[in-house]
Amino acid sequence: MLTILFDGVAYGMLLFVLACGLAVTLGLMNFVNLAHGAFAMAGGYITVVLVNRLGLPFVAGLVLAFFVTAAIGAVLERTLYVHVYARSHLDQVLFTIGLVFMSVAAVDYVMGSSQQFIQIPAALQGQFNVFGVGVGRYRLLIIVVCGLLTVALQLVLTATRFGSRLRAAVDDQRVARGLGINVGRVFAITFAVGSGLAGLGGALGAEILGLDPIFPLKYMIYFLIVVTVGGTSSITGPFLASILLGIGDVAGKYYFPTLGAFVIYTIMIVVLIWRPQGLFARGTAR
Amino acid sequence: MTRQIEVDVTRFLAARARFGPFEIAFWLTAFATIYFLPGRHLILTETAIWGLFALSLDLILGYAGIISLGHAAFFGVGAYAAGLLAKHEIIVEPTIALVVAGLAAAALGFATSFLVLRGSDLTRLMVTLGVSLVCYELANKFGEITGGADGLQGITMAPLLGVYRFDMFGHTAYVYTLVWLFVLFILARRVVNSPFGLSLKAIKGNPLRSAAVGIAVNWRLVAIYTLSAGYAGIAGGLLAQTQAFASLSVLSIERSADALLILIIGGTGYLYGGLIGALIYRLLQDYLSDLTARYWQFWIGLLLVAIVIVGRDRIGGWIYFVEMQVARLFRRSAQATSPDRGA
Repeated sequence: MLTILFDGVAYGMLLFVLACGLAVTLGLMNFVNLAHGAFAMAGGYITVVLVNRLGLPFVAGLVLAFFVTAAIGAVLERTLYVHVYARSHLDQVLFTIGLVFMSVAAVDYVMGSSQQFIQIPAALQGQFNVFGVGVGRYRLLIIVVCGLLTVALQLVLTATRFGSRLRAAVDDQRVARGLGINVGRVFAITFAVGSGLAGLGGALGAEILGLDPIFPLKYMIYFLIVVTVGGTSSITGPFLASILLGIGDVAGKYYFPTLGAFVIYTIMIVVLIWRPQGLFARGTAR
Repeated sequence: MTRQIEVDVTRFLAARARFGPFEIAFWLTAFATIYFLPGRHLILTETAIWGLFALSLDLILGYAGIISLGHAAFFGVGAYAAGLLAKHEIIVEPTIALVVAGLAAAALGFATSFLVLRGSDLTRLMVTLGVSLVCYELANKFGEITGGADGLQGITMAPLLGVYRFDMFGHTAYVYTLVWLFVLFILARRVVNSPFGLSLKAIKGNPLRSAAVGIAVNWRLVAIYTLSAGYAGIAGGLLAQTQAFASLSVLSIERSADALLILIIGGTGYLYGGLIGALIYRLLQDYLSDLTARYWQFWIGLLLVAIVIVGRDRIGGWIYFVEMQVARLFRRSAQATSPDRGA
């Protein structure tokens, strides 16, 4: 029971790190980025190549996954995404689905369609018992890393100059520009960091979520659930939503294995009907 | 003064609703393929079905402005309904079974339309996606009814109208599909050119103002969503009937995305977009999968990205351009009175 809870929290934390970039682009910048999972997949594959083929240590692989994916995100943002910000949601959906298709086929071409595994150092494998609860070392690592990231993100958003610039740029682009904030650069940095976090999440999560070319399609819906259910007005909403989703999914698969993901989808629809602005959104401001 | 405007508007709308030479040529060509391309009927049947599916999406996207990423739900329900009706010989006559399949999908569309009314584009996207995913999971779970991952097998189609057998070259199936497509297209054309269709366009333009001039926004949206779901269901039913098979893929996200892509290639909001898009898509798919069998998705993705970057209006514009050129040719020979579309 507690082990399920623990696994669920680890899973949820992972989902949050994967999805928080999306929460920012979708919620704050109002851009529907269905290709977010592609960045996560990129991070996962980068780690696979670095750790398995080039023999780099696992931690270095994680760090590089973050930076390389962030760089990819920044380049794509400057060259392609920037043209699509002001378009209709339909255009954004089409554009990002196109990117997903391309990334799926490209990864399939380069790496093959089989599932990839990252070699995890022996120190992180196995379980140990704490008061009779089986705690996986790797999952503990995930919780620690993701927890730290969450706190850091929250601090950056609320307590730094950059965070207030971002929030200003989101609230009213024109006024923010008038005050001398370089909105384009703020968005570009945010997008890059969001992509980098997705890449890190993909690298960390390869062990738990699996890593194959259809990753972006398979988990797209989960990321979207986190963001829509969590609401898009803050970072705590998606965080709580992803923890809930993680626990719900792990518990659901454990207790009702035949129902599968059915429970999650139904809950999502119910939440969206009940509170279209998200479960944890304050008020109904658009 | 107001009278004159009224007359002008009425005449303009009536002229637009009239069949143009371009449209007549389109349908004559379509029916001519029954005789001229007998070897391609299997592919053409599939194309026509894709066209009908994209047309159903056009009804909500192009006319009412509802973005849906889960239209495959209705396609799939129609496919399974038609497949099950034939397999268990509940309704033997394919035509009636297809109508029932369409009604089943429309019923689901009606039930879920209330979910779509609420919220922003994003919420709609998620809810439509969610509905189709739930349908997918249900079809997967009730494997004893739907056949699960193996698909619904063992469908034998009764002869059409009790006379025409479905042959293995797909001749009967093609004529059957094409007639359905034509009838449904004419119906859709009537609907979108009616006052009801015009009110939908108003809603798409600005829901708040439409409500202010007395349009019952929600009920109109429910109606068109239901109709569109019925169309998608019939498209799915046609697929199940002509292929005597239905698999889980009829409910998949990829199918919804494909329909969206087809519609975008052809252009939204003038009904032919889905049909033309389906033709182009089919040709592309054939060409690309010859080129790179496994990776043709990459080029489809690239196409989507390119379409958006270049701008959808300009892409859809080429069809309008061709149409105008043809219309001008005709106008030279016979004097036409209709004012320009862009006016």
